[in-house]
Amino acid sequence: MSNPVVAKARTFDTRTEANIPVESPLAYSYQRSGAPAPSAKSRVVLRERAMLGHLILRGGAIVLDEAVRAVLGFGLPARPNTLSHSEDGARSIQWLSPDEWLLIVPGGEEFELEGELRNALGDAHYAIVNVSGGQTLIELSGEKARELLMKSTPSDVHPEAFPVGKGVTAVFAKTNLILRRPTETRWELVLRRSFSDYCYRWLLDAGAEYAIGVER
Amino acid sequence: MFHIYCPYCEEHREEEEFRPKGQAHIVRPKDPEACSDEEWGDYLFFRDNPRGIHHEMWVHAVGCRKFFNVTRNTVTYEILETYKMGERPRITAESLASGEIQGNVQVAGGGQQTVGASNAAVEAVKGEQA
Amino acid sequence: MSKSVTQPNRLKEGGRIDRSRKLGFTFNGQHYQGHAGDTLASALLANGVDIVNRSFKYSRPRGIVAAGAEEPNALVQLGSNEAAQVPNVRATQQALFDGLVARSTNGWPNVQRDVMSLVGKLGGRFMPPGFYYKTFMAPASMWMTYEKYIRKGAGLGRSPMEADPDSYDHLNQHCDLLVIGAGPAGLAAALTAARSGARVILADEQEEMGGSLLDSRELLDQQPAAKWAERVLEELAGLDNVMLLPRTTANGYHDHHFVTLHERRTEHLGETAPLVDGHRGVRSRMHRVRAGQVLLATGAHERPLVYANNDVPGNLLAGAVSTYIRRYGVVPGNKLVLSTSNDHAYRAALDWVEAGREVVAIVDARANPQGDWIDAAKAKGIRIITGSAVIEAKGEKRVSAARVAKIDLDAFKVTGQAETLACDTIASSGGYSPVIHLASHTGARPTWNEEILGFVPSLVKGVHAAGSARGIHDLAAGMADGVAMAAQALEALGQSARAVELPQVDARREGPACALYQVPHEKPTLRAPKQFVDLQNDVTAGGIELATREGFESIEHVKRYTAMGFGTDQGKLGNINGMAIAARCLGKTIPEVGTTVFRPNYTPVTFGAIAGRHCRDLFDPERYTALHQWHVENGAEFEDVGQWKRPWYFPKVVNGKKETMFDAVARECRAVREKVGILDASTLGKIDIQGPDAREFLGRVYTNKWEKLAVGKCRYGLMCKDDGMVTDDGVTSCLADNHFLMTTTTGGAAAVLEWLELWHQTEWPELNVTFTSVTDHWATMTITGPEARNLLAEITDIDLDRDTFKFMDWREGKVAGVPARVFRISFTGELTYEINVQANYAMHVWKTLFEHGEKYGLTPYGTETMHVLRAEKGFIIVGQDTDGSVTPEDLGMQWCVGYDKPYSWIGKRALTRSDTRRTDRKQLVGLKPKDPKVVLEEGAQIVFDPKHAIPMPMAGHVTSSYYSPTLDSGFALAVVKGGQQKMGETVYLPMADGQVHEAEIVSPIFVDPKGERQNV
Repeated sequence: MSNPVVAKARTFDTRTEANIPVESPLAYSYQRSGAPAPSAKSRVVLRERAMLGHLILRGGAIVLDEAVRAVLGFGLPARPNTLSHSEDGARSIQWLSPDEWLLIVPGGEEFELEGELRNALGDAHYAIVNVSGGQTLIELSGEKARELLMKSTPSDVHPEAFPVGKGVTAVFAKTNLILRRPTETRWELVLRRSFSDYCYRWLLDAGAEYAIGVER
Repeated sequence: MFHIYCPYCEEHREEEEFRPKGQAHIVRPKDPEACSDEEWGDYLFFRDNPRGIHHEMWVHAVGCRKFFNVTRNTVTYEILETYKMGERPRITAESLASGEIQGNVQVAGGGQQTVGASNAAVEAVKGEQA
Repeated sequence: MSKSVTQPNRLKEGGRIDRSRKLGFTFNGQHYQGHAGDTLASALLANGVDIVNRSFKYSRPRGIVAAGAEEPNALVQLGSNEAAQVPNVRATQQALFDGLVARSTNGWPNVQRDVMSLVGKLGGRFMPPGFYYKTFMAPASMWMTYEKYIRKGAGLGRSPMEADPDSYDHLNQHCDLLVIGAGPAGLAAALTAARSGARVILADEQEEMGGSLLDSRELLDQQPAAKWAERVLEELAGLDNVMLLPRTTANGYHDHHFVTLHERRTEHLGETAPLVDGHRGVRSRMHRVRAGQVLLATGAHERPLVYANNDVPGNLLAGAVSTYIRRYGVVPGNKLVLSTSNDHAYRAALDWVEAGREVVAIVDARANPQGDWIDAAKAKGIRIITGSAVIEAKGEKRVSAARVAKIDLDAFKVTGQAETLACDTIASSGGYSPVIHLASHTGARPTWNEEILGFVPSLVKGVHAAGSARGIHDLAAGMADGVAMAAQALEALGQSARAVELPQVDARREGPACALYQVPHEKPTLRAPKQFVDLQNDVTAGGIELATREGFESIEHVKRYTAMGFGTDQGKLGNINGMAIAARCLGKTIPEVGTTVFRPNYTPVTFGAIAGRHCRDLFDPERYTALHQWHVENGAEFEDVGQWKRPWYFPKVVNGKKETMFDAVARECRAVREKVGILDASTLGKIDIQGPDAREFLGRVYTNKWEKLAVGKCRYGLMCKDDGMVTDDGVTSCLADNHFLMTTTTGGAAAVLEWLELWHQTEWPELNVTFTSVTDHWATMTITGPEARNLLAEITDIDLDRDTFKFMDWREGKVAGVPARVFRISFTGELTYEINVQANYAMHVWKTLFEHGEKYGLTPYGTETMHVLRAEKGFIIVGQDTDGSVTPEDLGMQWCVGYDKPYSWIGKRALTRSDTRRTDRKQLVGLKPKDPKVVLEEGAQIVFDPKHAIPMPMAGHVTSSYYSPTLDSGFALAVVKGGQQKMGETVYLPMADGQVHEAEIVSPIFVDPKGERQNV
């Protein structure tokens, strides 16, 4: 469960292979607020992508970029507030600040990946923090997805101001989240676990007039 | 509702994303123990409250979480520039008063305008900048 | 129920209404009919309703004056049922819908016969100018008495007593150019910017866009002006880069071109938003617009003339007369007298004649008016009386005649014999005031333009005005100005404008207007019949004159003294006239007197639109832990801690009866002290700290030492600000040499993270360390009590031996099959394990603990029990036992202060200031009430001498106080001056009910002072 890089940092595989029930941050929300099935009338569709691996990378862009390239085959995003991703889109890195990036990978990869990155980084000054249990990702798509976001965030989500490949930390209703646009038609919201129920209820309420549907 | 250019995110963002943190360029004395009570009190509690150009520290709380500085006119609310920690302002009350031309003050480019101003104050600033 | 309905003032044809669609409505209990396309005001006028309200102060009957947002009288209360009540709606801005129910806002008991009119008859002695001011100066208690009477009499509208069935929301918008006003200038500007490819928002407050073009007599390219407007709007509607917002009022102009627009989305359809696909649409919406540049094309408001009895129903603005005739097909009377200072108003008389009604005379204040409109009036055979004005209206509930006389403008005198002209309508026009409200919100003071006799907006950077909004009233010139100003705005954005061809407008000769505001009367102002300046606030020319005589010379003071331009009116009609009168009385010019400041909102906004979606269960974020569902299902009562919902206590239901909080907490406390309890501690802030300088950094931000904390160990830390006052505390664990996990208080988590970043980024960037919040990643379950080890041992592979896993150690292993970090730290004083697992597994671990816990008496407990247990141990809660004025030494926590650390850590220097060294500072102590049944009130003040004369010197206050089941007594923590040197002494707590409690100062540690229980 722990690896040998003890002097530098203590890594810890928080997952288990055992057949143990696991609950996404929205588990309670689905039960309490429901999850209206998408219909032909749904002009916004919401889908949670639960249990992904979320790592925070801290450090200098140059060393991190080199390590990430070596391990993942693609580099850090070159500009502030942008994303880079693997060819299949399954792994992505988002700029959060000049020395901070969010790496999202398929669930279960994160611990091994952290180890590989640490090995690649050697003595460089950096930090990697596993935050997988603390956040979840939801996708919004549909013709009214952008208008739904306009109801919720003061960030400018017009295609001119928010092109594909952009990602920002955004005010959302009365909290905040990470907002990204990986493709032309899809928006991603990275929610903090404790706020996810509030955000979910907000989206259902604000999306009601677009007959929002939840894909499960 | 200010529109603030974050020098790290390189974009204008809504004020909701930021928090003001008081006067900029307050440096903690290197040797606190060598300070008199009065000097320490000055460092802790006393701040400028100018009418006109003021340098403030803000933090991009919902964003990159970086602290940075803002040169703001407290009369017109115009933000004249924003700059990173460790940098010095290009625009100061003195530089404006001396009519020294500030080359390429772009940081505020486009978004920062003169609002919340009395006419006279706007004119004064325009005059100073001209 | 609907009687046969006639609309005596409705024309057979003309206007933009749909005569094929009849709409029934009710006003003050009477049923009427109007048409689709009517406003409530046009429908009332069509039905010959003269009196729509009673005035605020004098209770005089009032009719409709205007046709737009500037209407001062026709304020109505809408709603057929309680939940649908909306106060203070202007009838001129309310589209008619079938079934609309409205009442006058003012006029108790009714507008036709009003007991309050007695007050008016008494000449306003009851409320002279300065009434509010003088009332406040009088015994303040009287205000309460007056207010009730005034409110009921004046009727300021009322809010509904039932929940609003509608929903409202906000939409965040961004654009290059926001154009406010879709009249000729605004349309030309929007078209220019739109064709140039800019992101444009065009907002207009009326039901239909087009502004003055909708009722213009002018031809554009030989077509009715409205046709051109329709064509332009069609083009704009087809462009992706343009958003058209009709029925949308720009109400507030805030910093850096942040403008709030209020869109009425369904108000024209019914009193409740209709269902679409089973979902109720949004009734109104606030657009929060961040614009690159803003173009104000807000037009102008016509100024009424101020003459005697100018408030009697039947007195209208000249432009409003035209609007009602041309746009709504309604002539609001039969015999018209027009009193004007300018050419433009002549159109009202022409429209009146063309509608087939009689124009008795046009009374023009100018000696020799010349121009095409004058010629047109002459050609119609209308009598024109020059060098004169209407000096007084006759009639009570409706105008019956106009008294007209020659006047001397310079001498402010009536110079000839007055002639009485029988009529039922007087239209007046004293010129046009640009609508400068929004520009004024930016703080820019408007400037007086002598040429147009009005204030024009001063504009801060990025704001542009076009057309009438800046005094260019000529149609062709206004449209050209729209194009030019749009080009100017685009240039400021670094974009270039594409040329727009404007339609041809026939040139006309127009003569200059003359300056006329208050019209002289034979009698001096204070003795003449009332000449109203501000109809909504019942401010008269006499009132303003009186104010200046009483020494109020600043226009801002005159405003406050008379209430001119107050409230929802915001001086739309009356301000310039008021300033002109003040200027005349003070012997100054209008620009010397200056103008008052207009403030948001331009027109009243419903609270729903302000609140938007942030109401009911979305009012504020609620943060839940991963275990929230279990707490809900197990009957927890919740407490708000910051935005978190934390279980407060878990009342049991026994025989259908719910346990009281007192009983539940006592039971939970006993369970922890005697068996084992469990707390969801996931809300504690957790910060992952990595880097070779992490240890050094901790040493600088905490008061105590960190250089020797070994891997596998935990330590309690106290954090101060640089003023030496305690600001947070928590346990930090050493995960690896360069890796720490800091915990913070639940409420302090975000602030502490920002605090660490602040010091790292601004003072010590050379330290190599990073901070990352992991609060949400980990779920934390605290099991505590003598049986904790036995319970945990059943489901973990960690060696729990007391000699290998000691107090203040942490270990890794599996708990219930889930990888976990377990910390042996204690906030209860009992044997405690804090189990941390990745939050997605938390529910499984929690439930497994309960599966195994029953035989040990495992009891869930909440924050209240946590508070009692920690207080029994004298453990502080930052923010409850401290308040930003308490040092570590005040808390008796010298043991947690590393005075000899090499770096002058945050707070150290301040601890040697003279003030922090005082021996009589308030210090944390325990209090034991002499009567064990007494639980002292938190916040209660403490005195040393209860016999001291009032005011007694305060010696401190109670910070935490509970009943302890362990002690079977009340007990408290308190801060008392010099308390640490006063052990055993008695203090007194005088209560509001006259009781005085006695308590003994004791050590703050009430239970297990040696700390043996947590070490077992």
